[in-house]
Amino acid sequence: MSCIQTIQDYGLRSIGLGERLLPKSDFTLCEQFTLIGSGMIWNVYFGAMALATGFFLATALAVSKASPNKWLRKPAEWFIFLFRGSPLFIQFFFAYFFFLSLKKTYPMFDGLTSAWLGALIVLFLNTAAYTGEIFYGALRSIPKGDIEAADAYGMSGWSRFRRIVWPTMLRLAWPAYTNEAIFLFHATTLVFFSAFPAWQQRGDALYYASYFADKTFNPFVPYPILAFYFILLTLVLIWGFGLVNKHLNRHLPTARRTKMKLRLNLAR
Amino acid sequence: MFSYCADPDTLGTFRWFSCYLTNGVHWSFYLSFIKVLALLAVTAPVALGFGFAGAMAARSHVPPLSWLGKAYIAIVRGVPDIAFFLFFVIALDQGFEWIRHKVLCPEWTDPIRQGNDFLVCQAAKLPLGTSPEWVHETYGFFLAVITFSIVFGAFAANVLFGGMRAVPHAQLETAEAYGMTRRQTFWRVLVPQMWVYALPGLSNLWMVLIKATPLLFLLGIEDIVYWARELGGTKTSKFTQYPHGDWRMWYFLFLLIFYLGMTRVSELGLERVMRRLAHGQATSAGELLRKETTA
Repeated sequence: MSCIQTIQDYGLRSIGLGERLLPKSDFTLCEQFTLIGSGMIWNVYFGAMALATGFFLATALAVSKASPNKWLRKPAEWFIFLFRGSPLFIQFFFAYFFFLSLKKTYPMFDGLTSAWLGALIVLFLNTAAYTGEIFYGALRSIPKGDIEAADAYGMSGWSRFRRIVWPTMLRLAWPAYTNEAIFLFHATTLVFFSAFPAWQQRGDALYYASYFADKTFNPFVPYPILAFYFILLTLVLIWGFGLVNKHLNRHLPTARRTKMKLRLNLAR
Repeated sequence: MFSYCADPDTLGTFRWFSCYLTNGVHWSFYLSFIKVLALLAVTAPVALGFGFAGAMAARSHVPPLSWLGKAYIAIVRGVPDIAFFLFFVIALDQGFEWIRHKVLCPEWTDPIRQGNDFLVCQAAKLPLGTSPEWVHETYGFFLAVITFSIVFGAFAANVLFGGMRAVPHAQLETAEAYGMTRRQTFWRVLVPQMWVYALPGLSNLWMVLIKATPLLFLLGIEDIVYWARELGGTKTSKFTQYPHGDWRMWYFLFLLIFYLGMTRVSELGLERVMRRLAHGQATSAGELLRKETTA
């Protein structure tokens, strides 16, 4: 079987298109590359969706955590502590069994136990908490002069927030937010290793990598392939976030722009 | 455990919980919490040692050594840590067996990798097929500790390398001006001062390490996640609800609270360490302490 044929068969295997049976023996390098790459679809889906939705909740969380009102501040503080203080792995397990018992009493929550929705909700809440903390830190380090200048121009409330506070917050938080995005994508590999089942063997990249490692007793081929894909994904993310960073800092003279310092040393 | 547990009448009462929560399997569950704490207690210093060695190597002036250190730091970043956990457990096991195979069975000529199999001679098997069960479990735990140490050692090396570079350069120049050798400067000036710069990163790492402990489950250890799944579920869910319905949600809620408690205690502890280390340092935290005591 030629490599093009393999790509046609297995390129979209992780979303259920193409060949149904996974290869059972005599794995070629091409098969491993194709299937693990096919699994990346799920990693990108989980990461991108959680980032896109989590961003808004994170802004709300940061604003309410910085609020002087106790009734806004306390819930945000507790939410952030709950999701940052416990392992994502346990959160997945708890959420899955919670959804399972919810489904038993109310059948309308049927979709929650499948990974595409249930795991996405957990990732969304988790990244919102981590990002909320980053945004909160940025909110607190907005230069006092910026706010005073806005006041002097007669801005207040919503217009001050939208035109001064929010853009400055994003600009200050962006390098840390880039890191968070990278680690969110790494965290997506946990989905199918916690309780969420991979229905019809439609799993993510790590699911297929460990499938090959288990079948061949040889970890030295599939895991480096996985690493290759993830380093590629990380580079794409850094590039994309760098573009946004440039846009956010476009009004500053070149020398004063915040450099994207990447510290890729975190995990959850 | 209690004498009244033998009486079937307790089944309907609330006292049943005191019997249920102290039965044999639950003691294994509680023991697995000790396993997690033991992993933390062993891994933290070993990983710090790995990290220190890695950072020293990365700072070295001998090019191959410095490349080695930098590669060690770089390789674990950018790739999901869970992939490394899954990788190292198999790779280390095969590595150990391969070395023993070479030493113990030199007359063996067949290739070790035959198709999809990894074959070593009987004497090289780790642990030996004849050894008791606790040896198997200890060996698995030992592999897990090494795996955690390698991965977190790389994270720690990165933090310590940054901490070493954050020490004001004037301090090192002064040491040199006093005629200290490179070695003396490193141990007497750089190392005592770098901790305060490295501590925020290290405390962050400790939090990450705590939150990585449930991954033991993926390494095949009977840890808290394993027991929570076992004990929470029903034995034969198709037919009966024996000994209870699906309680896995509550068991995992308990684990969630356990981890939140660990995080909170660590936060308070690390704050105290930070205060102690900041004492007398030329940082803003040290300055704040000085003002507090003099005011």
